[in-house]
Amino acid sequence: MDKIKSLADLKKKRDAIQGSLNLRENGDNSESMIQIKVAMATCGIAAGAKQVMETLIEQCSSKKIDAVVTQTGCMGYCYAEPTVEITKPGQDPIVFGHVSVEKAKELVEKYILNNEMVEGIIPQNYQSIDK
Amino acid sequence: MANYKYHILICGGTGCRASKSGEIVQNFKNILKQENLDNEIQVITTGCFGFCEKGPIVKILPDNTFYTQVKPEDCEEIVKEHFIKGRKVTRLLYTDPEKKEHVSDSKHMNFYKKQMRIALRNCGFINPENIDEYIARDGYAALAKVLEQNDPQATIDIIKKSGLRGRGGGGFPTGLKWEIASKNPADQKYIICNADEGDPGAFMDRSILEGDPHSIIEAMTIGGFCIGATKGLVYIRAEYPLAIQRLQIAIEQAREYGLLGKDLLGSGFDFDLELRYGAGAFVCGEETALIHSMEGQRGEPTFKPPFPAQEGYLKKPSNVNNVETFANIPVIINKGWEWFSSIGTEKSKGTKVFALAGQINNVGLIEVPMGITLREVIFEIGGGIKNGKKFKAVQTGGPSGGCLTEEFLDTPIDYDNLIAAGSMMGSGGMIVMDETSCMPAVARFYLDFTCEESCGKCSPCRVGNKRLCELLDKITSGKGTMEDLENIKNLSQVIKDTALCGLGQTSPNPVLSTISHFWDEYVAHVVDKKCPAGQCKALKQYIIDPEKCKGCTACARNCPVGAIKGTVKNPHEINQELCIKCGTCQAKCKFGAISVQ
Ligand SMILES: Cc1cc2nc3c(=O)[nH]c(=O)nc-3n(C[C@H](O)[C@H](O)[C@H](O)COP(=O)(O)O)c2cc1C
Ligand code: SF4
Ligand code: SF4
Repeated sequence: MDKIKSLADLKKKRDAIQGSLNLRENGDNSESMIQIKVAMATCGIAAGAKQVMETLIEQCSSKKIDAVVTQTGCMGYCYAEPTVEITKPGQDPIVFGHVSVEKAKELVEKYILNNEMVEGIIPQNYQSIDK
Repeated sequence: MANYKYHILICGGTGCRASKSGEIVQNFKNILKQENLDNEIQVITTGCFGFCEKGPIVKILPDNTFYTQVKPEDCEEIVKEHFIKGRKVTRLLYTDPEKKEHVSDSKHMNFYKKQMRIALRNCGFINPENIDEYIARDGYAALAKVLEQNDPQATIDIIKKSGLRGRGGGGFPTGLKWEIASKNPADQKYIICNADEGDPGAFMDRSILEGDPHSIIEAMTIGGFCIGATKGLVYIRAEYPLAIQRLQIAIEQAREYGLLGKDLLGSGFDFDLELRYGAGAFVCGEETALIHSMEGQRGEPTFKPPFPAQEGYLKKPSNVNNVETFANIPVIINKGWEWFSSIGTEKSKGTKVFALAGQINNVGLIEVPMGITLREVIFEIGGGIKNGKKFKAVQTGGPSGGCLTEEFLDTPIDYDNLIAAGSMMGSGGMIVMDETSCMPAVARFYLDFTCEESCGKCSPCRVGNKRLCELLDKITSGKGTMEDLENIKNLSQVIKDTALCGLGQTSPNPVLSTISHFWDEYVAHVVDKKCPAGQCKALKQYIIDPEKCKGCTACARNCPVGAIKGTVKNPHEINQELCIKCGTCQAKCKFGAISVQ
């Protein structure tokens, strides 16, 4: 192991390892983060939700977006799988349907980063119980 | 580096390990490997989450799912349901005791809502055996800052202005203590961490050492730099094997990184740490006794002055601080004294960790801002009294403290308010009692403890407490007189005024505070020969209700001393002279004919 010989060394070390704790930090501050939920029930997985989730995680970490990506069960829109729900802090959740890997990148680029609306919104007609 | 989607945090504190959390970790690792998920999901053993009542705890991040009482055989279901199918395992979720509903994540648990974690910031969050995780959470940044600034007095001033007071019981201002030690010139000084934690029921120091050992190493190094000590000693009780092990690992790792040893971070400052083991005597937590014990002498206190800051370990200036006190130091330096002093009350800043225990729904370790009320702690965080019983009193300060009653439920908790209410902060034990607790018996329990733990050096404590104990025995066995009550009060005052060390000086507190808050209960024992709470065995009477008794003879056949007489199908009777109050008859009666009075 290399010795830490100065403040600069310590900072370098910290920056190198901080990423590995991001997931935990973000979970801890989840109220102030963008929350992304990928429906990962059988229907979602069959439609490619796993790859979509991986893409979202990669995109968010490479673009340094403070987001928490989690999976949920079936949201009930099996006709539109894979589905992804995005909640920005202080805003209502929006559900997007038919999210492919490309679409996932577009969501990050346009909706999350630039606040542009993206096609494929599923109108929500229920209130989640744990709110 | 693997790109993990989930982290599974498993409590590896002493409590949860006793209920197989080690096996749970292993099971998760095996199952994740089988399912090819070990690159997506990371398994981490952490320190205590505080929610010990419902351990072992498994927390999943980033969704904050909080699984309680997890068994090793539940791991497979969690992996298959939670990670593969994306459904929470409802039966393992925490159930709200009031609403009887499952709570989906820790953000919605009342237990955590009012807490504020400074000293426990990393407990249950990082792997205590991995220095990198500590560094990632700004670990050792405070030390680097202090060394770079290279101005001990400036750092002491920060601690002074923060308002931090000692968490070991006395509440002495930490910055001032450091300043005094720094001003005493010597060729060698020592900084000592008091990890003796002898207060029955308290385990915050253990949990910090188990969950975040680097925070103590960093703080002691900072303290050493400030007072001019190149050596640190941790006095830790040998009964804390896991804390010792984690601390040893942490010290090793810090040395490997050059964060302990010579020329720390290129500053020219040398510092290293050693552990010293205590045999678990309460009095050895007193700083002068602690120092003598470390020197290989008898663990007995000596008169102060000289204070340790003048003449401490090996007669050199030494500074003793408690574990929790140290745990606050790095955060104060990183976030600034202004931030720290904005938390708490006028004279008590920051937070305090309490070990909640007794007749309360959520037993565990909590950290709350000073100034919170007992009501919030007991009824919101603690989830109220067990089994819907009524609150009677809460004991704080352990054997040196006292009981607080309902009238203090809305008093803000801080050092000075607790003393004004006849108790004290102590190290943070908080034992909640319901209506079935007998106060003279509670006082007796603590006195018994002090009698056991008195070192015997001075007579007020050695003899006085013994006599006090005997007087209380008389009361709880129904043989007391009103004169005994007066004697208890007088003797208590004498012990307080004349004992040599803090142990003796505070030992009558549990008696005095219960006498002043529960006078009627003492009188009931003396005059009516009754224990209103029904706890004092000698004052119990088992009585058979002739109306309900069917004469089945079950009680008479089972009474170990043959105290029950009666003939078949006729009401039985208990001879009170012979009865030893074992309660066997009551348990055997199928007709509920026997009651206690
Ligand atoms: C009988 C007795 C037992 C004590 N036990 C402890 C203990 O277990 N842990 C502790 O930190 N302080 C204990 N103290 C207080 C110490 O003497 C000392 O004040 C304290 O360690 C100073 O640290 P602080 O200023 O950070 O609180 C005890 C004091 C007495 C009189
Ligand atoms: S007060 Fe008790 S513990 Fe303290 S020195 Fe005297 S005998 Fe020993
Ligand atoms: S066991 Fe109950 S019913 Fe039977 S003789 Fe005793 S008191 Fe009566």
